[in-house]
Amino acid sequence: MDPKELKRIRIAKRIAQEFPDGALVNLGIGMPTLVADHVPPGRTILLQSENGFIGLGPQPEKGKECQSLVNAGGQAVTIVPGGCFFDSAMSFAIIRGGHVDYTVLGALEVDQEGNLANYMIPGKMVPGMGGAMDLVAGARNVIVSMEHVNKNGAPKILKQCTLPLTARGEVDIIVTDLAFIRVTKKGLVLEEIAEDTTVEEVIKNTAAKLNVAGKLSRF
Amino acid sequence: MKPVLTAEKAVEDIKDGATLMVAGFMGCGNAFTLIDALVNKGARELNLITSDTAYPEVGVGRLICQNRVAALTASHIGTNPVSGKKMNSGEMKVTLVPQGTFAERIRAKGAGLGGVLTPTGIGTAVEEGKQKLNLGGRDYLLELPLGADFAFIKAEVCDKNGNCFLPMATKNMALVMAMSADHVIVEAEKIVEPGGLDPELVTIPGVFISAIVQSVLPASNLQVRP
Repeated sequence: MDPKELKRIRIAKRIAQEFPDGALVNLGIGMPTLVADHVPPGRTILLQSENGFIGLGPQPEKGKECQSLVNAGGQAVTIVPGGCFFDSAMSFAIIRGGHVDYTVLGALEVDQEGNLANYMIPGKMVPGMGGAMDLVAGARNVIVSMEHVNKNGAPKILKQCTLPLTARGEVDIIVTDLAFIRVTKKGLVLEEIAEDTTVEEVIKNTAAKLNVAGKLSRF
Repeated sequence: MKPVLTAEKAVEDIKDGATLMVAGFMGCGNAFTLIDALVNKGARELNLITSDTAYPEVGVGRLICQNRVAALTASHIGTNPVSGKKMNSGEMKVTLVPQGTFAERIRAKGAGLGGVLTPTGIGTAVEEGKQKLNLGGRDYLLELPLGADFAFIKAEVCDKNGNCFLPMATKNMALVMAMSADHVIVEAEKIVEPGGLDPELVTIPGVFISAIVQSVLPASNLQVRP
């Protein structure tokens, strides 16, 4: 498998460990959707799709797509037994009201205050925030899933975000191909590093101050 | 009983410059027959309020691509590059609203509320120019109600009292939009007599509906993404 895909799977696997059995989770479009494939055996999570249902299932077989059942990315999906449908006002009441246990999103930048920038690059990419601002403000736990550095090799974890913010101070956990980092009141804590990296490499590729946990483990 | 009209007749009163809400999410739940009738009628300079602009030439995306929209309020335009182009060139004025705030502002209008207080957008560009309140130690933005002259809703079944059944994920913005527009036109795949729709299955109470149109494009121009 190509190394990039392996990195993505590593991130997805680590994030999936975080969910207790029965958690209600919203996964962002792209890399975060991989997380659903790596939930540890014996645990079941429910996925919310912010366009209006709980119980998001896998893609249907070819030819069995239903026009009335798409995910938040507009792709044909299925609903699992025990799922339910609702309208957008209910969906965002569920999100904003703190009833979603975890949201997993990608990031352009995240900083040591737990600020997140993931919805626009002024002058370049202005697609709109969709449901991201509500999800980050409302979900109980916000997990950022991303590669540690951008495609130019520059750190994405910064002292302070430079791009327009999606939300202020809402990020709880950052999982990258190199590290598992917790955002605390005292700053970022490096709790785990990937099996093929070193603390020095993680620090070198991070532009924010990292506090290394006393007991550091690997994933 | 609500009037059952042809699509052409139903959109007749939508003048250039009107404010129009179109329910749907990435094309799912868009009223294709009504959108086509509005394009054919030649309506221009519309003030469009919709969750997203779907895909080029698909559903509500057609109104953008056919140059019918002067101002757009939406939460996401990334899947229809024509929207971004028109925004960047200044041809179309675009206001981007967080999706939950979008739904709740529209609901507020229909529910007779003066606005909503939401934590969404605090500390971001969304708070610019808005009143901020600190209640119980938490900051909230005051977001104002959002209404429209017309709304387009797509139902699977509609009875002649206007009661609508919307299946699965097609509900999305339809309930709140039906509440908040002055004239709500529902396009239904099946129109039945009162009693033909189980009251327990009513997604939108008929009280909000102004006119009913038979759907002749049952989601046929929505290509569900594989």
